[in-house]
Amino acid sequence: MDTSEDILHQASPDLVRGSETKRAAKAARLSPSFISWLQAGPMMLVFLAFFLIPLVFVVIVSFWDYNEYQLLPAFSGRGYTDTFEGCIAQLPDLCTIGKTYLKTLKLCFMVWAITLFIGFWVAYFLAFHVKSKTWQMGLSLLCTIPFWTSNVIRMIAWIPLLGRNGLVNSGLMKTGVINQPLEWLLFSEFSVVLALVHLFTFFMVVPIFNSMVRIDKSLIEAAYDAGATGLQTLVNVIIPLAKPGIVIGSIFVITIVMGDFITIGVMGGQQIAAAGKIIETRVNALQFPAAAANAVILLAITFLIITMMSRIVDIKKEL
Amino acid sequence: MSETTRTTGVSRRTLLKGTAGLAGLAAGSGAITGFPYVKSADAKVLRYLGTAVNEGDDISKQCLKDTGIKIEYITATTDDVTKRVMTQPNSFDVLDTEYFSLKKLVPSGNILALDAKKIKQFDNITPVFTKGMTPGGKKIGGQGTAPWKVLYLEGKDSKKFATSATEFVTLIPTVYNADTLGIRPDLIKRPISTWAELLNPEFKGKASILNIPSIGIMDAAMVVEATGKYKYADKGNMTKEEIDLTMKVMTEAKKAGQFRAFWKDFNESVNLMASGETVIQSMWSPAVTKVRSMGIPCTFQPLKEGYRSWASGFCVSKGVSGAKLEWAYEFVNWFLSGYAGAYLNRQGYYSAVLSTAKAHMEPYEWAYWMEGKPAEKDIKAPDGSLLEKAGAVRDGGSYEDRMGGVACWNAVMDENDYMVRKWNEFIAA
Repeated sequence: MDTSEDILHQASPDLVRGSETKRAAKAARLSPSFISWLQAGPMMLVFLAFFLIPLVFVVIVSFWDYNEYQLLPAFSGRGYTDTFEGCIAQLPDLCTIGKTYLKTLKLCFMVWAITLFIGFWVAYFLAFHVKSKTWQMGLSLLCTIPFWTSNVIRMIAWIPLLGRNGLVNSGLMKTGVINQPLEWLLFSEFSVVLALVHLFTFFMVVPIFNSMVRIDKSLIEAAYDAGATGLQTLVNVIIPLAKPGIVIGSIFVITIVMGDFITIGVMGGQQIAAAGKIIETRVNALQFPAAAANAVILLAITFLIITMMSRIVDIKKEL
Repeated sequence: MSETTRTTGVSRRTLLKGTAGLAGLAAGSGAITGFPYVKSADAKVLRYLGTAVNEGDDISKQCLKDTGIKIEYITATTDDVTKRVMTQPNSFDVLDTEYFSLKKLVPSGNILALDAKKIKQFDNITPVFTKGMTPGGKKIGGQGTAPWKVLYLEGKDSKKFATSATEFVTLIPTVYNADTLGIRPDLIKRPISTWAELLNPEFKGKASILNIPSIGIMDAAMVVEATGKYKYADKGNMTKEEIDLTMKVMTEAKKAGQFRAFWKDFNESVNLMASGETVIQSMWSPAVTKVRSMGIPCTFQPLKEGYRSWASGFCVSKGVSGAKLEWAYEFVNWFLSGYAGAYLNRQGYYSAVLSTAKAHMEPYEWAYWMEGKPAEKDIKAPDGSLLEKAGAVRDGGSYEDRMGGVACWNAVMDENDYMVRKWNEFIAA
């Protein structure tokens, strides 16, 4: 209510000044929902203009036809049928789209599991072992360091480190651990997962940390008093209460990795299939309807994953 | 002001898209020198869309000095240039693009052909473009989108390529080159003479090709022909069966781990080669020179099957008319008048009008770059840095030998859609 009155002050001083009069009282009674709309309005408009409307266009274009140089606004399922080409004929072998999504999901799962593990413990450390607010702030900021440089620079920097003649290989060879440079350090699934984890662990840390600091410390003390071991407290108290943060962090990481093609492209030497890469190749060949159809498929699959996750935890309730 | 902002915006996007180095440098430095621009009646500004190849800062500075035309570079990758022409034809004035994209650009109606009669040096343009021959009379291979097949239109607004010379020119030729494999002789330690070596298991995990499907597949086709497996009627315009066959060869190579990584921009190719990640890959001449100027041995290896060539030129956006069109002609005429040609020749590319470029080069430079003779003095890059010590000979030799050895040209196939689908299949394999 405080906020809504503040807004009233700004929006219409007259209304507030005359709050004794019936008319104004009525207006004030009507206002909460109106004010909620007012508060949500700007974001809603941005969402509508820059997300929903473009999305509708993408869906429409995905059902258009095309030639080498233009879109043909006539209904065609070509974008979809081409995408699923051979999916039945090639059974039991997977078709292109099947293989691509299998690979994407595999990368996505690995990145999710690792970022969750690392992110959880970083958040745990920040929330329970760092006592001062200042230090908590300072250390959280440290987690943002991977974002201080541009995406491209960050990824190019891996080559001198992981390359055939990079620091890691030459270090291992000098110490005699290996005689041949390790080829799989770069341009491999390993390097893709490494780069994605390096980039996106932060997206796990923040929401989980946010959930953890809101856990009432007396609950943990109560668990301790009731004789729970550290592990029991973790499993029965902390993890359940940090669930919303875990789910939100997971949604961040999964949606980003599902659509990524830049990191997978650069770190995978452009030889690892990704759902986003199919779209990129199509767009570069000016085959926009086919690209749009693939975007719709990607959206549907990502949406499915998120729906499944929110089935596990009702985020709305937990917040 | 708005112009300055636009330049920066593009540079940021280009960076995001992965063309960090050159592109960012070109666009970024444009932003620094782009002092707040005061609009006056006689300010001549042209927005120039293209890849980083022709977009030297020295060129725009010299152009401003000579003609008073201020060039604002909009730098993008080859694919993005085409995309921009199709989707935002009003966002540029002058377009610098490759001939192979004309098959898409001309039918779209978004570009305007230029009038050959208004190009002073048109008759001096190298016969490579107009006749498919070197000045010495050597016939050049015409597979793919060879420039002479798409140089003229039937009429001013025609969307049909003319079979004989007309005055309506799709792209006024500017720069071109003959591409081949770059190799690391210090790591390979034996002579390389054929395209077949690209997929030789000896270089497993150490080979690379260009990450542009239409060009990558042509490199693979050169390998297929070199191994004697198949002879294409036209490597730049394959049938579905030929695409399947070529992709099968590439898929087998990929599964066996032949390729280290595919590259998309100049700096990526330099990085891969200089770091030793690859020892054999398709490459551009200045990229080889760049690796060499880092003190690392690298050869732009001539191969017996010949070169894969490319060429680019100028046209204007369909939205350009009146005074702006006149400035565009003035700019194109300036570009062919020698300074820019010499600048490009000194990087290892070739200029379209040889006579004017020659007049702007020292005789020893001309002898090294164009005649394939040993360098009399140290060879320097346009920025003054040392490229080759005295006594060096250009890989592949003279202009006649290199351009005369061209086997095919970068192309867009009729079956492009099928090929792109097969490319995605290849990546997923």
